[in-house]
Amino acid sequence: MSQTVPPAGGSRATPLLSRHVALGARMIDFGGWQMPVQYTSILAEHRAVRERAGLFDLSHMGELFVEGPDAGAALAGALVTNPPSLEVGRAHYSMICAPDGGVIDDLIVYRLADDRFLVVANASNAPVVSDALAERIDASRSVLDDRSLATALVAVQGPAARGILGPLTDVSLAALRYYAIAEGTVAGIPALVARTGYTGEDGFEVFVDGGAAGELWDILMAAGAPAGLVPVGLGARDTLRLEAGMPLYGNELDRSTTPFEAGLGRVVKLARAGDFVGRDALARAAAAGPRRLLVGLIVRGRGIARHGYPVWAGDRRTGTVTSGTQSPTLGLPIAMAYVAPGDAVAGTMLDVEIRDARAVAEVVPLPFYTRAR
Amino acid sequence: MIPSDLRYTKEHEWIRVAGDEATVGITQHAADQLGDIVFVELPEPGHRLEQFATFGVVESVKAVSDLFAPVSGEVLEGNAGLNAMPEVVNSDPYGAGWMLRMRLSDPGEVEQLLDAAAYEALTAEG
Repeated sequence: MSQTVPPAGGSRATPLLSRHVALGARMIDFGGWQMPVQYTSILAEHRAVRERAGLFDLSHMGELFVEGPDAGAALAGALVTNPPSLEVGRAHYSMICAPDGGVIDDLIVYRLADDRFLVVANASNAPVVSDALAERIDASRSVLDDRSLATALVAVQGPAARGILGPLTDVSLAALRYYAIAEGTVAGIPALVARTGYTGEDGFEVFVDGGAAGELWDILMAAGAPAGLVPVGLGARDTLRLEAGMPLYGNELDRSTTPFEAGLGRVVKLARAGDFVGRDALARAAAAGPRRLLVGLIVRGRGIARHGYPVWAGDRRTGTVTSGTQSPTLGLPIAMAYVAPGDAVAGTMLDVEIRDARAVAEVVPLPFYTRAR
Repeated sequence: MIPSDLRYTKEHEWIRVAGDEATVGITQHAADQLGDIVFVELPEPGHRLEQFATFGVVESVKAVSDLFAPVSGEVLEGNAGLNAMPEVVNSDPYGAGWMLRMRLSDPGEVEQLLDAAAYEALTAEG
């Protein structure tokens, strides 16, 4: 047995840190923040979200507000998507790419008003995204307000989420569609309520001022307890998103990856008019076809595929595992990996190198898990 | 509670010695630190173990950790029950969650291991 527990010191605290510590959470450094990795058990927290509800502190995420008469057009030039096409109150998944087409970060863009957008970035990338966005919109009639440190984000996810949040908010959750956002209150606290998430379940993300986060957390914990809501850490967040086939920046996405390789080519709106950063490189990448493709794997042999493990097609090295775990829902070892395009067809049998041995793994369609609707 | 009749490594394995045979596992402290254990990889019977060298792997949902042999010797049996139910390492680490039965090649090596009081002091340090 060897233990490696990264120190939690020297990084930022969310407004909910004292709650996590009081709940007995194990804390880790993630993206420069002290975050709970688990409160009781990753498996128990994972199952709670699949079967009932989970409460997440996501205050480490970056909240970047872009405002002004040219806000939409400026974002259209900065991102691979076309935010002006969003109706007010709707959101879409997006990416910010480098001039060479590499992914700087993946994002959710919410349209709050005609001239006001919210861009949510990953914690570890938020400073870089903030700087790049500020530079890219500089010449336009719009301003970037980086409220990452002032804003708390709490998510309620799972089949019981709507029943827990509904009585507490003046936002009509029945009318709030998937990938929609509305301004209102939760337990009297001014909030933005979005029907988005990273778990593969129905659920909501609630943005509030950091100063109100503790009160919001306590109210949601109390309101959700009868329905079986439990606090959920980053450990289960990772297994939930992996089952749902959702990419994690740093694993499936990075500066050397194009959206096409990640199976996210549909996000890049090359058909639209107007230039955006990375457009030429992405158009060339789309025309050339991907050099590798992201696939789902189920390990049929013995062992669990993990990040960085080599993937083989016979004696030919075809790629590398990006994320892998034992799926709590399927009870099988699942993984995502980049492999050569010719090896990416569902049903292909590959090998994952696990320590000194090889385990057979089957290419399967993503996601691994889809909720019943 | 740390069983007083076992000896321990600094790497959080325990060993129960009876004559020239012994049973090996990981401690409750180790199992708690790892979290939900989902996979255990153990050597085949006949495999030679060297004191403090790795003999296998235990995996939780998040982490992969090496297992270290408390003493030198020969593997007699791995706990096949852990293939289907690795979670018993969490629930019963000193009982049904045992990992190896082995034959010691040098029983004197046991004296280099921690007793329960020394192991408790080690884990109290954090």
